[in-house]
Amino acid sequence: MEHPELSSQEERYVEPSFAVRLARNQLAALLFILFGMVMVLSLLTRTFLTANNIFNVLRAFSWIAIASFGQSIVIISGGIDLSSGSNMAFSGIITGMLLNSGYSITFSVILGLAVTLLVGFFNGIMVSKAKLPPFIATLGTMSIIRGFCYGMTEGWPIRSLPRGFLALGQTDIHFFLWRIPLPAILMVIFAILCFILLDRTKLGYHTYAVGGNEYAAGLAGINTGRVKNIAFTLSGLLAGIGGILMTARLGVAAPTAAQGYELDIIAAAVIGGISLTGGEGNVWGALIGAAIMQILRNALVLLGFPAYWQPAAIGAVIIGAVMIDMYRKRKV
Amino acid sequence: MDPEARQPILSLRGISKYFGGVHALENVDFEVYPQEIVALVGDNGAGKSTLIKIVAGVYQPTKGEIYFMDRPVEIHSPHDAQNLGIETVYQELALIETRDVPANFFLGREPVRGRLGIFVDRKKMVEDTVRTLKDLGIVLPHLRTLVRYLSGGQRQALAIGRVMPWGGKVIIMDEPTAALGVRESRKVLDLILQLKEKGCSVIVVSHNMRHVFNVADRIVVLRGGKKVGDKKKNETTPDEIVKLIVGAEML
Ligand SMILES: Nc1ncnc2c1ncn2[C@@H]1O[C@H](COP(=O)(O)OP(=O)(O)O)[C@@H](O)[C@H]1O
Ligand SMILES: [Mg+2]
Repeated sequence: MEHPELSSQEERYVEPSFAVRLARNQLAALLFILFGMVMVLSLLTRTFLTANNIFNVLRAFSWIAIASFGQSIVIISGGIDLSSGSNMAFSGIITGMLLNSGYSITFSVILGLAVTLLVGFFNGIMVSKAKLPPFIATLGTMSIIRGFCYGMTEGWPIRSLPRGFLALGQTDIHFFLWRIPLPAILMVIFAILCFILLDRTKLGYHTYAVGGNEYAAGLAGINTGRVKNIAFTLSGLLAGIGGILMTARLGVAAPTAAQGYELDIIAAAVIGGISLTGGEGNVWGALIGAAIMQILRNALVLLGFPAYWQPAAIGAVIIGAVMIDMYRKRKV
Repeated sequence: MDPEARQPILSLRGISKYFGGVHALENVDFEVYPQEIVALVGDNGAGKSTLIKIVAGVYQPTKGEIYFMDRPVEIHSPHDAQNLGIETVYQELALIETRDVPANFFLGREPVRGRLGIFVDRKKMVEDTVRTLKDLGIVLPHLRTLVRYLSGGQRQALAIGRVMPWGGKVIIMDEPTAALGVRESRKVLDLILQLKEKGCSVIVVSHNMRHVFNVADRIVVLRGGKKVGDKKKNETTPDEIVKLIVGAEML
C-alpha cells in the first residue's frame, strides 16, 4: 500500500477538504508569502532578481538560519535559547584566538564548536537538572558568554585570520551556471539534517512530545530531561557553526559580533510558525522565516528606504506572522 | 474458579504517600488477582489517582512495599511499570495535543526500523494504529488529525486504545468513562470484560455505581487516604459501597 494513511480508516471517514488542509499547512502559507514578496520585488526593482543579489541575500541569512535551526529544536522541545547570539560570537573568538596562536584550521574550528556545544550542554543541565526556567538560564549564559568574549579579547577584535579559514565563509561552489555561496549550501544541508532528526527519528518524536505536553511525555516513559539536554546542546553547536561562518565571512572575530542576533534567530523561528508554547513547527519554517526577514531588509534597501527603518519593519512582520498563525489555528 | 485460591499478581503492602503535609495514602494494602477486575472507588481526593500512580511508577511511595507476581519490585518510573506489564490510562489522558493520532498512539514506544535503531517506522505506526482502532471499533477522523482537534470522547478512546497492543498483564484505567456518553461507556465496559477474558487483570476507577457493579469482581473503597472497604461484588450492594465512600458517620 503506497499510502497507508489513506487506507481502511479513511474509507469511512471524511478527510478534511483540500482548502482546509492547505490552510492548516503553515509551510504552504509561508511559501506563499515568500513567493509574493519575490514577485512584487522583481516587478518593482530591476536588481532584485539578479543572481548576484539573490546569492548575497542567501549568504547574509545563512548564519542566522543555521543558528535558528538549533533554536527551533529548543523551542519545539518547549524551551528558549537566549544565548545563541553570544554563542555565535564565542565560537568565532575561540577559533580566531587558536588560529592566531598557530593551531590548524581543523583543530581551531572543532575546538570553537566544542566550546559552544558545551555551553549548550550547560544550558541543558541548568534547565533539566536544576529546573531553572529556560528563559532565565539562557539569559544568564547569554551575558556570561558575552562577558567571556570581551574578557578574553580585552575588547579587541581578532583580525588577520588565515585565508584557508576565511574560505569557509567566502567560497562559492560552482553549480551549473551559478556560483552558490558555501554557507548557503551548508544551510540547506543542516536544514535537511535537522528536519530528519525532528521528523523521522525517535528523538525527534520525543522532542515534539516534551514540548507539546511535558507531563504526558513523562507519563509515557520519555526521559524528558535527556530530550531537553540534547535540544540545548544542539542549539549551542548550531549557533557555534553559524558563528564560524559569520566570522569567516566578515574576516574578523569581534567580541561585539552577533549582538542582539538571538532575537533575529528567535524571530526567524516564530515567523516560520514554530509556536513558542512548544511541540509544533519545523526547521523549514525557520529557514523560510529567516529568508523572509532578509528579503525584507534587502527590499527596503533596494526600494531606497534608509536602513534605520529596518527594525520597525521586521517587528511588524513578526507581529503579523504570529497573528496570522494564531488566527489560522483557531479557524481550522 | 475462585481467584482467591491463587496468588495475587500485584500486591501493595502498607503503602503510604505524603505530599508535604498531605497524607494522600495511609497504610493501604491492595491486591489484584490474575484475571480479576477490581473497582477502586472513593470520593474526590480519597487517594485513588495517587494509588494508581504509585503502581504506574509516577510516584514513589513514602512507605510500603510492592510485590509483582510474588517478587518485591521497585517501580521508579513509568518505564519500569511498562516493563513489568502494567499499562495505565491516566485520568488526565496524557495526550500530546500538538501531535497526530499515531504519534500519540505510540507515544514513548515508537517502533524503529533500520540498523541504527533511531529512525521511526512510521508505516508500521500507521498500520498498527488503524488495526487496533478498527479492532476496538473506535471511530476517529483522519489519522493525521492533531489531537487538539479531537472531541473529549475521541481523546478518551485514543487514550484507552493505545494501551491495548502492549500485552499488559495489569491494565489500570483512571475514570475511563468520565468523558463518554452512554453508548461509548458501554463499549469501554465491554472492553474491560474482554480484557479479563484474555487473561488480564484490570483496575478501574469510577464514580458510577452502575458501571462498577456491571464489571467488577471486587470493590475497594478509599476514604481520606485509608482503605475502608474491600468487598467481593456478590457479597455487597451499591448502598453499602456508597455508605463506605461517604462514611457511616455522615448518615
Ligand atoms: N502531586 C501532588 N501534590 C500534592 N498533593 C497531591 C498531589 N497529588 C494528589 N495530592 C493530594 O492527595 C489527595 C488525593 O488525591 P487523588 O489521589 O488525586 O484523589 P482522587 O483521585 O481519589 O480524587 C488530595 O488531597 C490531593 O490534593
Ligand atoms: Mg483522581
